[in-house]
Amino acid sequence: MHKKDQPLIFELSKKGRTGYSLTELDVPEVDLSTLAPEGFIRSSAPELPEVAELDIMRHYTALSKRNHGVDSGFYPLGSCTMKYNPKVNEAVARYAGFAHIHPLQEASSVQGALELMYDLQEHLVEITGMDEVTLQPAAGAHGEWTGLMMIRAFHEANGDLNRTKVIVPDSAHGTNPASATVAGFETITVKSNEDGLVDLDDLKRVVGDDTAALMLTNPNTLGLFEENILEMAAIIHGAGGKLYYDGANLNAVLSKARPGDMGFDVVHLNLHKTFTGPHGGGGPGSGPVGVKADLIPFLPKPVLVKNGDQFEFEYNRPQSIGRVKPYYGNFGINVRAYTYIRSMGPDGLKAVSENAVINANYMMRRLAPHFDLPFDRHCKHEFVLSGKRQKKLGVRTLDIAKRLLDFGYHPPTIYFPLNVEECMMIEPTETESKETLDSFIEAMIQIAKEVEETPEVVQEAPHTTIIGRLDETKAARQPILRYQKKEAVEV
Amino acid sequence: MNHRYLPMTEQDQKEMLQAIGVQAVDELFSDIPEKVRFQGELAIKPAKSESALTRELMQLAAKNADTKQYISFLGAGVYDHYMPTIVDHVISRSEFYTAYTPYQPEISQGELQAIFEFQTMICELTGMDVANSSMYDGGTSFAEAAMLAAGQTRRKKVLVSEAVHPESRAVLETYAAGQHIEVVTVPQTNGITDLTVLKGLLSDDVAAVMVQYPNFFGQIERLDEIEALAHDVKSMFVVSSNPLALGALTPPGDFGADIVVGDAQPFGIPQGYGGPHCGYFAVTKKLMRKVPGRLVGETTDDEGQRGYVLTLQAREQHIRRDKATSNICSNQALNALAASVAMTALGKKGITEIARQNFQKAHYAKQQLKAAGFEVIQHGYTFNEFVIKLNKPIKEMNELLLEQGIIGGYDLGRDYEELSQHMLIAVTEQRTKEDIDTLVKELSEHA
Ligand SMILES: Cc1ncc(COP(=O)(O)O)c(C=O)c1O
Repeated sequence: MHKKDQPLIFELSKKGRTGYSLTELDVPEVDLSTLAPEGFIRSSAPELPEVAELDIMRHYTALSKRNHGVDSGFYPLGSCTMKYNPKVNEAVARYAGFAHIHPLQEASSVQGALELMYDLQEHLVEITGMDEVTLQPAAGAHGEWTGLMMIRAFHEANGDLNRTKVIVPDSAHGTNPASATVAGFETITVKSNEDGLVDLDDLKRVVGDDTAALMLTNPNTLGLFEENILEMAAIIHGAGGKLYYDGANLNAVLSKARPGDMGFDVVHLNLHKTFTGPHGGGGPGSGPVGVKADLIPFLPKPVLVKNGDQFEFEYNRPQSIGRVKPYYGNFGINVRAYTYIRSMGPDGLKAVSENAVINANYMMRRLAPHFDLPFDRHCKHEFVLSGKRQKKLGVRTLDIAKRLLDFGYHPPTIYFPLNVEECMMIEPTETESKETLDSFIEAMIQIAKEVEETPEVVQEAPHTTIIGRLDETKAARQPILRYQKKEAVEV
Repeated sequence: MNHRYLPMTEQDQKEMLQAIGVQAVDELFSDIPEKVRFQGELAIKPAKSESALTRELMQLAAKNADTKQYISFLGAGVYDHYMPTIVDHVISRSEFYTAYTPYQPEISQGELQAIFEFQTMICELTGMDVANSSMYDGGTSFAEAAMLAAGQTRRKKVLVSEAVHPESRAVLETYAAGQHIEVVTVPQTNGITDLTVLKGLLSDDVAAVMVQYPNFFGQIERLDEIEALAHDVKSMFVVSSNPLALGALTPPGDFGADIVVGDAQPFGIPQGYGGPHCGYFAVTKKLMRKVPGRLVGETTDDEGQRGYVLTLQAREQHIRRDKATSNICSNQALNALAASVAMTALGKKGITEIARQNFQKAHYAKQQLKAAGFEVIQHGYTFNEFVIKLNKPIKEMNELLLEQGIIGGYDLGRDYEELSQHMLIAVTEQRTKEDIDTLVKELSEHA
């Protein structure tokens, strides 16, 4: 193990060094203290690091080497669709005409940007089978909240004021209930059945005239298609509720099944997942929302419209829920997603889902003999395994995940969804080759063998990373959330 | 199908289907009910080759008037600032941009450490104890501050200055509707929060007093006086702040702010037609466990070596679900990294210098416009923006300026009825004396 601490940038700082280049002030200067009220000019400069340019580059290069991305190696993090991030997207997003335009410029001076946004919306309308799309939300969770606010406004407009509850399956992602709360709803959980699908009887039990919506991921977070979707839609619509589609898993069904055709009223997409906006180490994303016709009046404003051959924003939308984000969404991510969709075309997108699903099923079948497979049926773009068998031998799923690090892989999502014990959720994506999948499968099989023969090797993993298992309890008990200069060290 | 992003060959497919035990791909989709199975082909544009597509998109980009070609005096929350070249080099390292949230700290130390450094820099600038790892943008961060304050004080009303960015206030209104929080607007007079009215509105049911510093009109709000008023009724004091201005201005933390929010876009993040930018969220130690979003903390590994992890996660949606402090999951990590690199490049000396230049250049522009006979509206102190009154619609003036290669200032009439024909002009360090003189000349010619 090559353990080496990378100093904090503050620890590399030396008084008097600079890393910037500014033009000399070329206007007559006045005393700064005359430009602000007394006491409003800082008495001491903020302690930003003082480092020369090369050392800044070396610092961040060193940090980048301590990070695993999709370009570094396989990253089967379930629910996150860690597919290849095309480089051409990055180039296009950096064109001056896209990167260096101001959101408050007159619409006539940014027609190219508006045309791209408009065409992206049209593409997403067709891909999802919805009637209209807004690009304003910044990420999936933001889209969820936006969609729920629209559903709320819809019910209120109908004088239907008692619809205070949002139904969420027990397998749902944490943002679903959290978004429901932020939108002012109460969350009701519906159970999954032994097939990993929403239990229809339980759904009938919890639905009622207080139901605002059901939030559903389809395929669900177990990677299974909710095949009773039409019955579920009938139950919810029959009770006067709306059907919300969490689009995190759309990668499985592009050109195979559209949320709009399944009966969904609102859908959000994660352009940073399905449509390759990179994940950026945690963001930025983009979470467009599509709606059916009856919800169009409630879309966030402004709404992009086309008048003749001119694109412009329409603000006069009396029933709109209002703004959900300053300006018009994460445009730079939308440019990347648009570039991707245009690179793939209809055949390409169809092949994306087919290959993603083949890859996942192939891995599932090959790993099934070595781990517990809670749901033995075709999966879609991802699947879950359970580490129950290994746990009986004293090795937890967390240990298996850590052991995978030694093989150079990012582990799957673990302990989610919550309704599978010792869960491992594996999403290979379509951009991975069979050779990559085979190597990963071999590693998993070897780990399963180690669990039986030399469990300590797994329990004590990782063995080859630049740092060992970190003490998370300590981090939470005595939080250190920023660097503090150690006074004693100062000379 | 052959595509450069799809490595599966026909042979691969055959072998894999065989291993799965199916004859054809379609069998894997047989669980999709016939009635909802999509038949046929998506009616979207056919695929284009890399060269053909980049040619098309380059032409589309060229239809936009960008600030590389035009001289911009447009700010209003998004600014054209110095972007150190190294920023794009760092964020183009794909170990950073192709990773996701650092769930596995052993192979994500780079991202975690970079965020820890970002948190520290935001604390330094704002004068606060704790900063999170980023929010979507300044506007949603502002709205989250109101929700935190309402939750913490168990009060359901916030007072918001009319001199806060109109789009941040609009976002707040939407969030507040969801949370049943009442938003009361405190009017501005001459471009600054009217403290007399504020005094009259304060009572012990107010969760937060929310202002912007420098405010939307560029003016420096009296944080000292507002703090006293807010805390007098045990309300939270929330300040939205341009972090670059804090290179020269006394930080809100020093004035007793409880929550400081804003957008780090001025640090190395392109205007990008409004996003992605980078919200920040900073609080006092007391509110540490109420912060929305991710926090990175320092700890040690099993051998005592220093390392970094995501921490205090019991606040977050993946643990607390409907009881979480916020629903945010993905944030703006890559832009937080960009801002960190820009802040590092500026450093202690550069941040002071760049803030000073913004002050001085805007002051010079103001003086020149006054000398040319323009009515400069406010009499208070301003940072890098100020308001002038023209004798024609701003839209019309901006069209004339655009012909001269200038992107004019913001049309305040779009948000403030009484301020039609008023232009908000931003002058950053990027504008030279010559740029400013040209603006004054063009405005005079068309006045
Ligand atoms: C199923 C599911 N829903 C919602 C989300 C939230 O999306 P985002 O992180 O873009 O807010 C995620 C992603 O983490 C997810 O996997």
